[in-house]
Amino acid sequence: LKISQRAREKDLRNLASNLPYEGLEKGKQPNRYFPGNAIKTTKYTLLLFIPMNLFEQFHRLANIYFVGLAILNFVPVVNAFQPEVALIPICVILCLTALKDAWEDFRRYQSDRKLNNTPCLIYSRKEKQFVERRWKDVRVGDFVRVVCNEIVPADLLLLHTSDPSGVCHIETSNLDGETNLKLRRTMSGLCISHPVFEPESFNSVVVCEKPNNNLNHFKCYAEKPDKEKVGAGIESLLLRGCTVRNTDHAVGFVVYAGHETKSMLNNNGPRYKRSKLERKLNINVFFCVILLFTMCLIGALGHFLWLQALPVVPPFLVPDSNGHLDSPSLSGFYMFFTMIILLQVLIPISLYVSIELVKIGQIFFITNDIDLYDEDTDSRVQCKALNITEDLGQIEYIFSDKTGTLTENKMVFRRCSIMGTEYPHKENGKPLSSCYSTFHWVSHSCSSSSQKIDPYLDFFLALAICNTVVVSMATAQRQRVSPGSLHRIFTFWQRKPKRNRTISEDSVTEGDDFNPPVKTEEPGDINGLQTCSLYAPSQCNMPATTSDNLSYEAESPDEAALVYAAKAYGFTLLARTHDSVTVRLPSGEDLVFEVLDTLTFDPIRKRMSILVRHPITKKFVLYTKGADYAIMELLGTPYAGIQKNIAADTQHHLDCYAKEGLRTLCFTKKIVSDKMYESWLVNRRRALAAIDNREELVMDTAVQLETNLSLLGATGIEDRLQESVPDTIVALREAGIQVWVLTGDKPETAVNIGYACRLLEDEDLVINMSTVFQLTCTSILDCTLEEVRRYSEDPRNVDTTQDISLVIDGRTLTMALSSDLQDRFVDLAKRCRSVLCCRVTPLQKSRVVKVVREKLKVMTLAVGDGANDVNMIQAADIGIGISGQEGMQAVMASDFAISRFRHLKKLLLVHGHWCYTRLANMIIYFFYKNVAYVNLLFWYQFFCGFSGTAMIDYWLMIFFNLFFTSVPPIMFGIMDNDVSAEMLLGVPELYRMGQGCNSISCYIFTHLGLFWFSTFWVSMLDAFYQSLVCFFIPYLAYQDSDIDVFTFGTPLNTISLFTILLHLSIEIKAWTVIHWVIILGSVVLYFIVTLAYSGLCITCNPPSNPYWILQSQMADPMFYLICILTTVVALLPRYHKCYPPCPFNVPLSVLQSSFFMN
Amino acid sequence: MGRTKKMVKEELANRPDNTAFTQQRLPAWQPMLSAGIVIPGFVIIGLAFIGIGVALFVTSQSIQLLELDYTGVEQTSPCFKCSDPNAKNCMCELTFSTDTLFKGPVFFYYGLSNYFQNYRSYGVSKDDDQLSGNLDNFKSPSDTCAPYEYDRNNKPFVPCGAVANSLFNDTFKLYQIVNGAKKVVPLDGKGISWWTDYNIKYRNPAVTPLKNAFNGTVKPLYWSKPAYELDPSDPANNGFINQDFLVWMRRAALPDFRKLYRRITDGDYAEGLPAGNYSLQIAYNYPVLSFEGRKKVVFSNVSWMGGKNEFLGIAYLVIGSLCVVMSVVMLIVYAKFKFPEEE
Repeated sequence: LKISQRAREKDLRNLASNLPYEGLEKGKQPNRYFPGNAIKTTKYTLLLFIPMNLFEQFHRLANIYFVGLAILNFVPVVNAFQPEVALIPICVILCLTALKDAWEDFRRYQSDRKLNNTPCLIYSRKEKQFVERRWKDVRVGDFVRVVCNEIVPADLLLLHTSDPSGVCHIETSNLDGETNLKLRRTMSGLCISHPVFEPESFNSVVVCEKPNNNLNHFKCYAEKPDKEKVGAGIESLLLRGCTVRNTDHAVGFVVYAGHETKSMLNNNGPRYKRSKLERKLNINVFFCVILLFTMCLIGALGHFLWLQALPVVPPFLVPDSNGHLDSPSLSGFYMFFTMIILLQVLIPISLYVSIELVKIGQIFFITNDIDLYDEDTDSRVQCKALNITEDLGQIEYIFSDKTGTLTENKMVFRRCSIMGTEYPHKENGKPLSSCYSTFHWVSHSCSSSSQKIDPYLDFFLALAICNTVVVSMATAQRQRVSPGSLHRIFTFWQRKPKRNRTISEDSVTEGDDFNPPVKTEEPGDINGLQTCSLYAPSQCNMPATTSDNLSYEAESPDEAALVYAAKAYGFTLLARTHDSVTVRLPSGEDLVFEVLDTLTFDPIRKRMSILVRHPITKKFVLYTKGADYAIMELLGTPYAGIQKNIAADTQHHLDCYAKEGLRTLCFTKKIVSDKMYESWLVNRRRALAAIDNREELVMDTAVQLETNLSLLGATGIEDRLQESVPDTIVALREAGIQVWVLTGDKPETAVNIGYACRLLEDEDLVINMSTVFQLTCTSILDCTLEEVRRYSEDPRNVDTTQDISLVIDGRTLTMALSSDLQDRFVDLAKRCRSVLCCRVTPLQKSRVVKVVREKLKVMTLAVGDGANDVNMIQAADIGIGISGQEGMQAVMASDFAISRFRHLKKLLLVHGHWCYTRLANMIIYFFYKNVAYVNLLFWYQFFCGFSGTAMIDYWLMIFFNLFFTSVPPIMFGIMDNDVSAEMLLGVPELYRMGQGCNSISCYIFTHLGLFWFSTFWVSMLDAFYQSLVCFFIPYLAYQDSDIDVFTFGTPLNTISLFTILLHLSIEIKAWTVIHWVIILGSVVLYFIVTLAYSGLCITCNPPSNPYWILQSQMADPMFYLICILTTVVALLPRYHKCYPPCPFNVPLSVLQSSFFMN
Repeated sequence: MGRTKKMVKEELANRPDNTAFTQQRLPAWQPMLSAGIVIPGFVIIGLAFIGIGVALFVTSQSIQLLELDYTGVEQTSPCFKCSDPNAKNCMCELTFSTDTLFKGPVFFYYGLSNYFQNYRSYGVSKDDDQLSGNLDNFKSPSDTCAPYEYDRNNKPFVPCGAVANSLFNDTFKLYQIVNGAKKVVPLDGKGISWWTDYNIKYRNPAVTPLKNAFNGTVKPLYWSKPAYELDPSDPANNGFINQDFLVWMRRAALPDFRKLYRRITDGDYAEGLPAGNYSLQIAYNYPVLSFEGRKKVVFSNVSWMGGKNEFLGIAYLVIGSLCVVMSVVMLIVYAKFKFPEEE
């Protein structure tokens, strides 16, 4: 036990103030072991750039391979080319990459320097005040003062603020993109709010945990000289990179600096995911390696046999410098390596670079698509993962969140049920009556100050109080729009969309098109308010300015909707500090509640509570709001009769709400006796000060208090479907994609939304799985599975497929996903057209994705907008975040971020298809190109005694790959449109060609030979055929002539160029100006460069020295005749593969023909 | 109004450009291969190919070609005696006759088979700088020449390397036998090599007399005389710019090759070789039997398409016919699908 304790203590850090040690040398500083605040995000240093960068680059296997070959070329017995020249291609590739890295690193260096030299205020004992220093001067143990709208330089433990209650607001948009204000409070019990803070009087030792990257978690305690410990958590920590808002100034104690700050630990670069295509690519590279080895073996064996057949040493066989000839077997062995060098291009050196370039181009087009741009939020689609664009074209399963993903997540207060009476919100009459009764009771309770608090009043008070909504004045809002240059630096680090979630009242009064839901959606409500004011005339005397300038910043849109609803009924939330909340009643009175504690929301409890002391009755009151099933269990039964009725009625109303697709919340109240409060407070304090298991302990205390609640009522909030959601879902389904919806809502709500977005159809057979027993779950699964099987096997039902939909709730899902039922569940789900999972936790969401992904071996996509979708987004092959109302956590975890659900349709059906076909075709073309070209050299070996002679000048071979034939495939990979966007959107079935063989699409498309694998081999065969033609037609034409080696190679090179480029031209489906320019430009470039090279190289590149060779060839008509014939013969089969279906002129068959070619 | 417009513009800063390029809507031409284009296209290509094929074939047929093997493998061959590796300075004489005029200008080739001038280490073994007259490379040739770089006394070979060392050294004299008497047929050795080789790539060092440049060097191992004595009669054909040397240095691409030896352009024979009997006197020096090679002489006249080669003409004819046949097949298929109701 002791050891573990010591180990735990090792995980802690003791920090003391630097002030007593100011001016002493470094060795005597107490915090000298902790890093300073200067940051360095550069990877390299100036001196070590070359070795470090090379080391980095050699992590890529391909680079090692090519360098190995270049080195092999320096071994005299095996070299095939001039060794120095053979180094050029790999050097070019390495240099380009190094240049790119160096430039990126320089940019990082510049931004580091700018950040490190940003001014900040540090307390100095000598000068007895805060003095201006640079960020890099900040050390752990310093006292730093930040003023309003300034960025926090290091992680600070908040000790003092200008606010008398010790509150400080921060905006964390630089860290997580969330723009709502977050509340931080000073460490309670340490510095008893002096009006002026004296850093020198700080004599505690701060003990905190080791630095970690969790932005939402921090624990530490301060040990006073008298050994009293005061705990603090994340609510007292100002994170580096945050901006201080609404607070004049704040002073904090530096706990982590520089690289140990939470924001720096979180800053870990872009995500790297390997795409499915990339994995297939590696298999193809492996095949190429086998092919290469086979060819080299043939070469080595051929050389051996050729040497064996020679009776004596002929004059052309050159001995080594000692006049000694190797034995045939040894020469054959050496020849194997020579052949590897000669034929190395078979493994395409530029393929990896080209793929990266193509993906950059594809991402450019995706992000520039105006159809994926949302004007409301001014945001484009963002591609965060740069290398999985083509996976978008192969999706088979989509897992979608509901709220905020399928729906707007703009909440509109629709109905409420108070004490068992239901008040719909739209009709004019009823709100009036509710209003009437409310105000009746309000006036009654206020005027008489009676002990009996009316539940209606309580209900609206709970609406207004029980939340974490922060009130900010409009004036404060204005200030925020001055980000400054530092701000921009931070956003350069982590570029995220900015989205102001503040629902500002100002914009309403100005009549902008940005309408908050409260006013526009509920015209009747305004009526109600005005009618109400007749009964509460004092409201009219209220100074209108104060309440109109209010702006609420809520963490969830539900809360905002509730606060606005309460405001509409006259209960205006005026201000909130950490220990008080002010509400203006309809009567115009301002009630200030003392907030004793806030039991914040967590996904396990699914509720939040606020404990206040009533200003009039002085009683402790706990208001709780939460999901109905989380609340109903906790209702107390003191006066069972009425409560039970109320509970039953409310439950009935809740069910009705759910059927209408409304989101429901229950509100309860509990009066806590003084004694109970005292005893609870002790536990609570202990839990808060705990350093281990703090969260659980704090949660336990919350659960302790949230018992025996008495129900006040419930609310129904509408969340409208986003536009075009049904269309999108139908289109995705036609594309062969199964859509699952995973939601935390009640099954009724989910099913309702399911019908609304056409996930479920009226004629569907809906299987509802909801049970608490494992056995029942098993039997339901078995029965349904049996029935489904029988149905599909029934010969009568061959042509008709029954559409089955599965609705399953969280508890049942847990059982279904248990290891023994998993297979059956997946089997059933596979046969269902759609699956709806309700009441699932974030963890279950990711578990569902993982199980489907692993069991069915399919490509999965998860789309969501909230923090509860992060797990799911990370578990899927592709995670898509919707930048919605619920913060940016989902977007930050995602690979792609979109702003509307309907964008998914074009993103997948058009861009996904394009990216996939383009890249797949480009890669296949690359392999084809290299095989076709390299085989020319291989065939020549049969006529030069397998000696490794190249009949093409080596420089021209390099140019051929690097310049003449590199741009067209890249262009092809970025720009080819095999099918138009309109066609892809109109015929979603086309998407299926990208999917694997696991779905129905397989049976439809197999005969077309669409699959990558067979396509690859067809291309390889074609490459072999073309290289045979390209070699043997010139060979036969030049047989028995006086042609020399390099004059023979020139037409071969030219023919290859034409064949390879025309081959691509046949593949290109739509020719734009750019295509013409690049293809013709490549041909022109070939002739210009080769002519110039042969015009200048007299002795520059022995032994070839192709001086005047192309010139003399171009003066010979035979050259042209051979080129024309060879090119035509080489391309005849490929051309014919495309031709047959063409005369029918039916659009779909044209499409098929284009697929044929792939 | 102006203010709101400006604000709208600022608000939509992220809006992508709505251009044809960024939206991938550039006007595109889709090669729609309809039957109306493809079938006539094939017919035209086919006919054009047949035309070219006929022209090539006729031209090739008109080229006269005479090949005489003089390796001396068969005992009946006049050169049999010379094929013995021990024979020195052996001369043999080949006789042949032509029935018709062998139209001029007649090109006189020697041919070798199974001789791999394209062997890699052989091809590398030369020093182009030395051959371009660079005197530094006379003293220290490039190490690519090894083992024909220095002799045993460490004196550099000039020209160095295996290609130069293995220079073909058979010589030929051609006589027409007129009434039993031999009449010399003049052979023109000028202009048989590439113009660029003779004028630019290969240069003698600017030293007169040329012999002095070769001081301290030795002739290649197999050579009977040094480079500066290749043609003492004509300084423009001596040393590195000797045309026979240049022709040999341009390595053949394939193991069975011929190289131009002389042209017959002068005097009585400018019109060609008249019908009659001829005698070819061969100084047989070059050993080929050891590696089962063959030596031959070839007389040929040339056309615009070079030497005799029937392959290309036939290939054009075959492909052209294939195109025409295919277009007919396509026409039938097309007709069947286009008018199915008529059947």
